[in-house]
Amino acid sequence: MLARIASEVRPVLDGVFNAFYQYQDSFAFLVLSAIGLAVIFGMMGVINLAHGELMMLGAYITVGAARSGVPLPLAMLVAGAAVGLIGAIMEVLIVRRLYGRLLDSVAATWAVGLILSQGMLILTGPSIQGVASPLGSFRVGNTSYSWYRLLLGAVALALLVALYLLFMRTRFGLRARATIQNPEIARALGVDTARMYTVTFALGSALAGLAGGLYAPTATVVPFFGTNFMVEAFVTVIVGGANVLVGSPLAAALLGAINAFLAQTWGLYIARVGLLVTTIIVIRVLPRGMSGLVDRWRLRPTGAR
Amino acid sequence: MDKRSNPGAIGDRQVTRRDLLTKSALGAGALAFASAIDVRYALAQDEEPIKIGWLGDRTGDFSIVGVQKYNAANLAVKEINDRGGALGRQLQLIAEDAQSDNRRYQEMVRKLILQDKVDVLHAGFTSASREAIRPIVDQNKMLYFYNNQYEGGVCDSWVFPTGCVPDHQVVPFIPAVMEKFGPRVYTIAADYNFGQLTAAWCKKIAEQNGGEVIGEEFIPLDVSQFSSTITNIQNAKPDILIVLLVGIKQSSFYEQKNSAGLQVPMATTINMGQGYEHKRFSPPALNTMYVTVNYMEEIDTPEGKDFQNRFRAMFPDAEYVGMEAAAEWEGIHLHIAAVEKAGTTDKEEVRKTLESGISVDGPAGKVTIDPATHHTVRRIYLVHADEQHNIVLDQTFEEVRPDWLSTEMGCNLPEKPDNTQYEP
Repeated sequence: MLARIASEVRPVLDGVFNAFYQYQDSFAFLVLSAIGLAVIFGMMGVINLAHGELMMLGAYITVGAARSGVPLPLAMLVAGAAVGLIGAIMEVLIVRRLYGRLLDSVAATWAVGLILSQGMLILTGPSIQGVASPLGSFRVGNTSYSWYRLLLGAVALALLVALYLLFMRTRFGLRARATIQNPEIARALGVDTARMYTVTFALGSALAGLAGGLYAPTATVVPFFGTNFMVEAFVTVIVGGANVLVGSPLAAALLGAINAFLAQTWGLYIARVGLLVTTIIVIRVLPRGMSGLVDRWRLRPTGAR
Repeated sequence: MDKRSNPGAIGDRQVTRRDLLTKSALGAGALAFASAIDVRYALAQDEEPIKIGWLGDRTGDFSIVGVQKYNAANLAVKEINDRGGALGRQLQLIAEDAQSDNRRYQEMVRKLILQDKVDVLHAGFTSASREAIRPIVDQNKMLYFYNNQYEGGVCDSWVFPTGCVPDHQVVPFIPAVMEKFGPRVYTIAADYNFGQLTAAWCKKIAEQNGGEVIGEEFIPLDVSQFSSTITNIQNAKPDILIVLLVGIKQSSFYEQKNSAGLQVPMATTINMGQGYEHKRFSPPALNTMYVTVNYMEEIDTPEGKDFQNRFRAMFPDAEYVGMEAAAEWEGIHLHIAAVEKAGTTDKEEVRKTLESGISVDGPAGKVTIDPATHHTVRRIYLVHADEQHNIVLDQTFEEVRPDWLSTEMGCNLPEKPDNTQYEP
């Protein structure tokens, strides 16, 4: 009797696990693709079109370090730190001069991106040998899954929590939020807003570099590695809206569900169509994205029931 | 607002007078140097050089193959010039980078034809790029060599597709892998004309040999995440997985399937031979991957090793010498062989000479143009990667003919001008 119930329940549980796995996989990819872009866009109003190339640098540094003997997790952290430093230099030299000039900053960061990817092509050729995904696989029912992909889901969640704590619970976070909300008043209160911008840009870049490093073992490492992530990154940021702490997780949760369900049922082509159609609908219905919706709900007149 | 039309608008604050001076001095120096070279050539040659137009992807998504093809074109031109050129004239390679972008293909092919007035065009990588420029080529009656493997079926008076087609690749390998592993086939393919038509070929040949296609998925070129595909393949339990994925993003499939523990014999017409996935990915991601190719650097033949040595002598940093590098070299030599036989570079005359059945000896032995279809009769190797990603030669097929177009579709270009792509 029990054995029969078990044999009937088992495939259902396998299906549930498969759905969970596909979902967290899509969620992690969307969050990690977008997080650096979302921090820079949400906190500074700059659309960083070099985002993909910063991820590419993260992947190259990770692979380079790992192949010269650095343990892989450490190599990824090194990549995050190094790309953060590159981001800081980029902010001081270029982006700083373009605040409040949205289109100019788009053109300038795009140019930086082109220089980085084409420069990498000239320096290292069309591809380098990557590193294999660590940790191996496990089976649930008839299907085998990758441990590393589950780890990516956990890392995506951990990064979101860490960002929340950083911006809501630390002095740096308080100053950064003050700088976004009203730079003049923040300056009057003694906040070095120029430094805030540099640090925030470096943080966004470091997150891009780290994400690039995290995905380096799952993909082929080439100068145009960054283009792997651009559609997902922009779709997540557009659907999420300006508030990175609220918008990005909600957008990734929604889009991840749509993407995983459609891909599993009708294939990746329909999933891609679904992702873009959802974005169009969200732009039409919620021009300020998911975080705009949350703001409206939070600021609703109380007692007006 | 097009900023390019007003160069001062972007840079006027940054460019100092000193910058301007150094830059113009550099520019003048480069010009003087370039014209010195021109003068030297002009003195050496009484006549104009033969202009070889080359258009391909030196950058962007397909640069992994494009750079090999570009290098091979340079090697072929240099070797022909070193032996004295053709008809007493030197060859001049005029190369443009299409940046893996079909719109740019159309722009640059017009430039090569109308402005540079090239004598021949060697161009294209993806079938989408070939179809983007083929109407322009036909309209201008330009001799066009598409030196690349593709899905077959192009019957065009001005086009010479010298690479492998399904006659060379799918027809031999499907029975071979089905015999080894079983009849249940699952296909994943890039979602454009190449993937769709090659998948149709695989289905046709599998069914002719008593096999069955139990699943097919067509994947957009910009997809790089394959978790759902991997699960669907595992649930279908095929005997063979046919992989027709194209480009940098889609090649991530191998690492992801390996990490998810999906182990299934695979077969392809493109991977490893073009983009050396067995070198780029850590073993055993490409374990038991079968491919039919015209050339790969690991295949141990005297002419193949010789080609590789000459290639690496000219390009010591080359990461890999693959099947399309060989096809590019052969294409340029086939054209020049026809020019020498015809005694002119006149496109109409050269085309007629090519249709008389021109051969060259290349990296994979003798390659002959089939007059009826403009495709090639060539040697084909069936190889696979083992667990350590060593390439193992399984079988060699001599003089494989591209006859489907002529026997089943009635393509006979010397008699019947055409510009159609036929589908299986």
